[in-house]
Amino acid sequence: MTLEHFVNNAISPWMHDEGPDNDIVLSSRIRLARNFAKVSFPLAAEQEELEEILQFFKTEYAHQTFQEYQDLEFISIPELTPTEKRVLVEKHLISPHLAKHAQTAAAVISKNEQVSVMINEEDHIRIQLYFPGLQLDKALEKGFEFDDWLEEKINYAFDEARGYLTSCPTNVGTGMRASVMMHLPSLTITRQINRMIPAINQLGLVVRGIYGEGSEALGNIFQISNQITLGKSEQDIVGDLQGVVKQLIEQERNARARLMEQSGKRLEDRIYRSYGVLKYSRIMESKEAAGCLSNVRLGIDLGLIKNVSRNILNELIILTQPGFLQQYAKKNLTADERDVLRASLIRERLKLEK
Amino acid sequence: MECQECQKRPATLHFTQVVNGNKIEVHVCEVCAKEKGYMTYPEEGYSFHNLLTGLFNFEPSPMSSHSNSAFTQPKELQCPQCGMSFAEFKRVGKFGCASCYHTFSERLDPILRRVHSGNTKHFGKIPKRQGGDLHAKKQLEDYKVQLKALIDKEEFEEAAEVRDKIKDLEKEMRGDQS
Repeated sequence: MTLEHFVNNAISPWMHDEGPDNDIVLSSRIRLARNFAKVSFPLAAEQEELEEILQFFKTEYAHQTFQEYQDLEFISIPELTPTEKRVLVEKHLISPHLAKHAQTAAAVISKNEQVSVMINEEDHIRIQLYFPGLQLDKALEKGFEFDDWLEEKINYAFDEARGYLTSCPTNVGTGMRASVMMHLPSLTITRQINRMIPAINQLGLVVRGIYGEGSEALGNIFQISNQITLGKSEQDIVGDLQGVVKQLIEQERNARARLMEQSGKRLEDRIYRSYGVLKYSRIMESKEAAGCLSNVRLGIDLGLIKNVSRNILNELIILTQPGFLQQYAKKNLTADERDVLRASLIRERLKLEK
Repeated sequence: MECQECQKRPATLHFTQVVNGNKIEVHVCEVCAKEKGYMTYPEEGYSFHNLLTGLFNFEPSPMSSHSNSAFTQPKELQCPQCGMSFAEFKRVGKFGCASCYHTFSERLDPILRRVHSGNTKHFGKIPKRQGGDLHAKKQLEDYKVQLKALIDKEEFEEAAEVRDKIKDLEKEMRGDQS
């Protein structure tokens, strides 16, 4: 597996698989934060200590295979171009933090891009696993197995009372952040989501946009994750999150049915207009693209638009991010140039669907 | 929800401000939050963690503009491992190393309670290899919780089974020690 492969394909291999409830849940993710017991956290550690950690991962895990996570690729972040870093962030394979504080950072990514281990981020080790659709239980089970596999060779910073010790007290305990990406167009159209977000927050869960902290819900995609990591077992945290996600799925399905029933023609018009815009536009801002893609995806889920793959939403939102466009063009682009290339890429991509 | 300032972009920031004792709900987008000075973070830009560091600071009077030094104790706690002081931890909101948890142990509970809805103790996974006899200890705790729940529900037959499991496990653990 090569870096080229990771940065040239917008869609990760695992995204091609079907998952439960994937008309609404795009993906499930589990992230586990871990640290070496004897080394200070990246914030306070010496440069040499962090380099030793990198070397350890390179020698122990590069090109290793664990279960279905084959041929782990060791990627040294400082050796990447700014565009390559941006692409990995846009694909959620690394965090913006890792890309920014890159002097002694690396990522270890499996061939199917389902597992990505960030090294020397805020914590020494951050294991991330992705699954299509709503599969938090499966992601947690696999996450634990992968964690056990790493622990065979690593002494973790662990304390009986406080659990897995992390640099930020918001992660201590389980060190786990479980999250799901949900496409909620109907709850957004009917504005019900505005009432739901505060209620979800009160349950100790956080709602964010697709690119995390402070980002907008581009393409009506919302990320929902747990806030609390201490005092509850991983299974309970995942169970609570799953409960809320199931309710949101039901509400979104109800809202879709009601919209179709009460204003079917309007909805149909909205969907086909967006489809037309995507098919024929010559200049397209990323926000407009995301909005239209969300409508088209809704059209696919409602059975109005046929012969277009469901993945079009995830794929084109990622593909039309600034980093990806520049990777595709093989040069830096101005905002105006990006809008033109974005429109053209979307047109070309939709032609392939016929 | 639209941003209340520009009425164009969606509001991504929702918080409650207390001004002269009146609560005001604020819903703004990131751009307006920066422009209108709702929050200013010079170096790191805008991040969730910056909001959180606010949680760690609880000076006697949060409204006062006195500098932190006015309230810090004469002998500041400092981590022997990484050198981080408690004041520094409060400023950055992050620990320097695993030992910080031990060093600042006494002052940690209120912080953890605020961040984790009243919780201060880990109740989840134990490392498979390093965990050693913690696994049996945790299993025992889990059984005891189960036992109590079953007794509360008056399901005595199942409760008896769990009680036997507890006895067996306790015997096993004693055996290990001798």
